[in-house]
Amino acid sequence: MNTKIENKLTPVRIIAFIFVALWLVIAMFPFIWTLWGSFKVQADFFSKADWSNAIFGFHTEKQTGGFFTMGGYYGSWIEEEFWRAVINTSIVVFFTVLISLTFGTLGGYALARSTYRYAFWILMAGLIFRAMPHMTLISGYLQPFFAWNVWGILPTTIIVLVAINQPFTLWMLHSFFLNIPKDLDESAMCDGCNRFQAFRYVIIPIMWPGVITTGLFSFLLAYNDFTVTSMLLSDENETMIPAIASFLGTVQEEGKVMYAVAAVVSATAPLFFFVLFFQRQIVSGLTAGAVKG
Amino acid sequence: MKHSTFLLFSLPSLSVMFLFIAIPIVSVFIQSLHIEHKQVIIVTENCDPFGCETTTSVDTEASAKLKEKAPLGKFNGFKTYSNRMHFAFDELGEAWKSSDSFTVFVKKLYNYPLYRALSFTLTYTFIVTPFVLFLGFLVAVGVNNLPKMFKGPTIFASLLPMIVTPLVGSLILFWMVDGDGVIGATLQKIFNDNSLSLKASPVLTWIMLMVYGIWHLMPFSFIVFYAGLQTVPQETIEAATIDGASKFQRIRHVVIPHLMPLAIFITLILLMDNFRVFEPIIGFKAEAHATSISWLIWNHLRESAYPLYNAAGATSMITIFGVAILLLPVLIRTWRDFKEKNKG
Repeated sequence: MNTKIENKLTPVRIIAFIFVALWLVIAMFPFIWTLWGSFKVQADFFSKADWSNAIFGFHTEKQTGGFFTMGGYYGSWIEEEFWRAVINTSIVVFFTVLISLTFGTLGGYALARSTYRYAFWILMAGLIFRAMPHMTLISGYLQPFFAWNVWGILPTTIIVLVAINQPFTLWMLHSFFLNIPKDLDESAMCDGCNRFQAFRYVIIPIMWPGVITTGLFSFLLAYNDFTVTSMLLSDENETMIPAIASFLGTVQEEGKVMYAVAAVVSATAPLFFFVLFFQRQIVSGLTAGAVKG
Repeated sequence: MKHSTFLLFSLPSLSVMFLFIAIPIVSVFIQSLHIEHKQVIIVTENCDPFGCETTTSVDTEASAKLKEKAPLGKFNGFKTYSNRMHFAFDELGEAWKSSDSFTVFVKKLYNYPLYRALSFTLTYTFIVTPFVLFLGFLVAVGVNNLPKMFKGPTIFASLLPMIVTPLVGSLILFWMVDGDGVIGATLQKIFNDNSLSLKASPVLTWIMLMVYGIWHLMPFSFIVFYAGLQTVPQETIEAATIDGASKFQRIRHVVIPHLMPLAIFITLILLMDNFRVFEPIIGFKAEAHATSISWLIWNHLRESAYPLYNAAGATSMITIFGVAILLLPVLIRTWRDFKEKNKG
């Protein structure tokens, strides 16, 4: 009986349905449009005369002979050497996530198990650091980094991203470890383990769901960062996002906007698969902080 | 946990935060109190039978020496904060005297970069945040009413605008609203105005940036509210239904109070994220009509051949101060909760 009521079409339901459908179009359409358009020539994707050109590729067929063209991708990946940026991004993201999680797991565990007042103050400081616009820190980095001659290289950027990531990672893993009963590691310590052994043999085997969820958000922060990477990396070490930004300046004037469009699609594609595979974990991570207050 | 074990466990995390967040804040503050050295100028007088001539030249050696002696520059106190790049106190005082009405004064205020950036940042923060909260809640209620098979794909599609890199997301929208892009060209046709451009008018630029902000952040509030809706106690809803509450009344009196703590959490995150708005301004190339505080710092560091460290530092400190004011209510609340918890 309950299900019958749930499936009845009431006016409220229809309005809700239309509203959600509208939102879905607004959310998805820009991505589909740009993905499709990235395989066309500029005259089609930016067609003032008729937007249907971008769908049917009128000029693309005229200029290249085919319905699709890989011109934009060839131009950005090979000619403008976007592949370098892709490699740099992979390195930066991999090490940022790895180091953030290692530091964050240890720190988060300690904060969750400590009963002293300073643990609270550290978490509060973390909250304040989390609120700090990243740009405010950049001007503090530049002068020392220039002086020590470490500006522009990948390791510097990685360690800065780890630091900026740390408040969030700590908070998230702290609340995750609070959910693991204290008795678990304490009983191990009664059996003669010290704190490190308890952590190694009891906590590490069961911590992976929380660590993976946190890792996903560290990945996003490192992957999506523009502020730090654009200010701290030299041209040859650029990652994808600042590379796209510098494309805009040079490419637009030469009538090669499609290079930038192709690069943008290339940078979005991994995120698409990322959401596809980890949707459940992302949702649980977003809500974990919220539900616990 | 013992102090020593705590320290061992948290040392890597704490030291990296100390070195790369706490110390930079202090150094930014010190930076903002100094100003670059002026070049040392040598004035030489050459006299020949026809008269004397003075020439000036830059003494590079002395300038370099000065820089080595005090790499931060000359101590300048809080003068950077009050100059025309920042609070512009002197200029404002004059503007106040010379303007005959308040609106004229506000218009003059808008000429100074810091006030310009502040006005956009605050407007953006306080318009995008409520919109995101409200629309996110509506979508969450809507999705909750969908048949089960549609829920998963809807959540998947909704996550994309939030997950995507802000710069990339704003570029994708920017190309669509461009004069030659699909939305821009269609709008031009509808209004039959070939010069209509979202980029040309300040008001339209602001609206465009805020629409982007709502598009980008709405999934976040939607997901959190949606998760919250799953935890609404069914008994209360049923009891309300038996008492004759309509659907709207159930939402108003049962669901919304239940979701209130979540709304506070979302508001806090949104305020923090919106206050640092930066990438969309780059993506939309909107700096002619809209600048944010983060953009202003970036501009100080980027624009000229020599980064204006003192200006960037002062703007950064003002920003941190703004964040502190924004966060103060939350901090006071958490402190009270903590004290109460310790008492009980």
